Amino acid sequence: QGQFTLLRDTRTDGSFLVHHFLSFYLRAGCKVCFVALLQSFSHYNVVAQKLGVSLAAAKERGQLVFLEGLQSCLDLLFGEEEQPGQPSPLQFLSCRELRALFDFVRASLAPADGQAWNGPVLLLDDLSLLLSLGAAPVAVLDFIHYCRVSVCCQLKGNVVVLVHSNEDSEDEENELVVNSLCHHSDLILWAQGLATGFCKDVHGQIKIIKRLSLRQAAEQDVVQIYQYKIQDRNVTFFAPGLSAAVL
Amino acid sequence: LVFTEEDKYGLYSNLLFKYFLAEGIVCGHDLFVASAKEHPDNILKELPAPLLDDTCGKELGDEAAAVKSEDFQESMKIAWRYQNLPKMEASPTTYTKFGHYYDVSKKMSPELRQSVKWHSFYLHEELSLEPETKAWNMNSGYARLLQSIQRIISQEGFDGSDPQKKQRNVLRIGIQSLGSILWGDDVCCSDTPEDPHSLTKFLYVLRGLLRKSLSACIITVPAHLMQNKAIMERVTNLSDTVVGLESFIGSERETNPLYKDYHGLVHVHQIPRLNSLICDVSDTKDLAFRLKRKQFTIERLHLPPDLSDTVSRASKQDLAGSAKLLSSGCGAMAIGKKHLDF
Repeated sequence: QGQFTLLRDTRTDGSFLVHHFLSFYLRAGCKVCFVALLQSFSHYNVVAQKLGVSLAAAKERGQLVFLEGLQSCLDLLFGEEEQPGQPSPLQFLSCRELRALFDFVRASLAPADGQAWNGPVLLLDDLSLLLSLGAAPVAVLDFIHYCRVSVCCQLKGNVVVLVHSNEDSEDEENELVVNSLCHHSDLILWAQGLATGFCKDVHGQIKIIKRLSLRQAAEQDVVQIYQYKIQDRNVTFFAPGLSAAVL
Repeated sequence: LVFTEEDKYGLYSNLLFKYFLAEGIVCGHDLFVASAKEHPDNILKELPAPLLDDTCGKELGDEAAAVKSEDFQESMKIAWRYQNLPKMEASPTTYTKFGHYYDVSKKMSPELRQSVKWHSFYLHEELSLEPETKAWNMNSGYARLLQSIQRIISQEGFDGSDPQKKQRNVLRIGIQSLGSILWGDDVCCSDTPEDPHSLTKFLYVLRGLLRKSLSACIITVPAHLMQNKAIMERVTNLSDTVVGLESFIGSERETNPLYKDYHGLVHVHQIPRLNSLICDVSDTKDLAFRLKRKQFTIERLHLPPDLSDTVSRASKQDLAGSAKLLSSGCGAMAIGKKHLDF
């Protein structure tokens, strides 16, 4: 069965994890469906090139299916009338239904003839945005559930999703979605800003939670904590308190 | 997408807004000004005049030269440990020639203003012209504004759709007081607004338009009126840069002697992380602004040395509470709730 990984950030920006997983799965030869809602294609492309992967080339050879949310949104609102058989995946902007988005995901990861990739992967950046655009929290959870059944169980692939959260957040819908997803994830990577405030050498701390208790009743979750510093082409991880600036 | 949280009376955020537009004129960019409060023509008439390069450079140059020659001879006697720290530059140094300086007491000349092409969107005029809007499931004022922006972008070729155009220019968009009741959105008045997603959807579509064209946008929002904080969080996630202005007018900080040199604080909540894993974080996070007769400056927050020994407990607590993020540059003050009395 495939794995559901949840990327979570609090008080900091966890998008470096998205870039990592994108280049990681592409290098591993998996077929990736990337639903990029927040940034443009060229942004991901530039960063991926620094990490050694070309998104444009991956798209050419059919390894990467890239949904650029911003462009699709403009097409939907300013473009011509859509054909009846091909609803835009961003239809939820007008009708609050995430069905079209799910159909898009399923169609792009369906095994095609003549292509043997190492396993399908769905990558989503970011889920909290769906709530901002009018989807109800229950609809979002349903969508994720459908994706998980389709990708993890049926296709034996992996799903990686990024969400934002905040302590003392007043965004209850978002907290609901995040908490629910935490309970159903196999692996949680939680990037947090340091509790002591801003620091030049340590950009944050990452908590890695392996939810072994999900699959087997008697197991305990394994929690690891590292601190990290983001550089131009790389992210370095180290044990808390042992950053290079201190040693 | 630069998102500015307005200060309580809108004085200073309006100033920043005008600076953005004035810079656009001086650089020769096209402008698009949208407002529901004042007619854009009036806004444009009030833009500050740019300081001519030679006089401005000379003034700042003189000051900087005077300061430098003094400091050179001094060497610290008591606080010698601090000698090795780099000298803190409170205001921007003269050799960085990025942008222009403006004289707030003078208005920009009409000839300069007319040297660029500008478009305006005044909500109350627009609504009366075209009552129909496509069913976008969004506040109609916002929808009209988006349509107008998109029309200008594609007509004037900012999205690169016209390969014939040799000179590509930048479009600077300024939107004033978005989200206020004047736009027809009750997100600033009630805790449970009628359509909480209008503002965020608007920002998302605007973000798409900005990414696909050569434009930059500044939006000011009366965030202090918003009671639903969840929307502010979502809006922050949707913007590239978020800056908040907190003015001291009418608050207890106005009379606090520690802040006497300044008119308010600048909170940088978010900076863009585009096309890269890292972002350009500055060394200090404490910025304050002041409005002198001719200039509006943003500087690092400098606390004067704590010389009096009868400073009351109340003001010390106040400062400690509000200065949680003080950087190490202001080494004189104790950080945290407990103080060590020397």
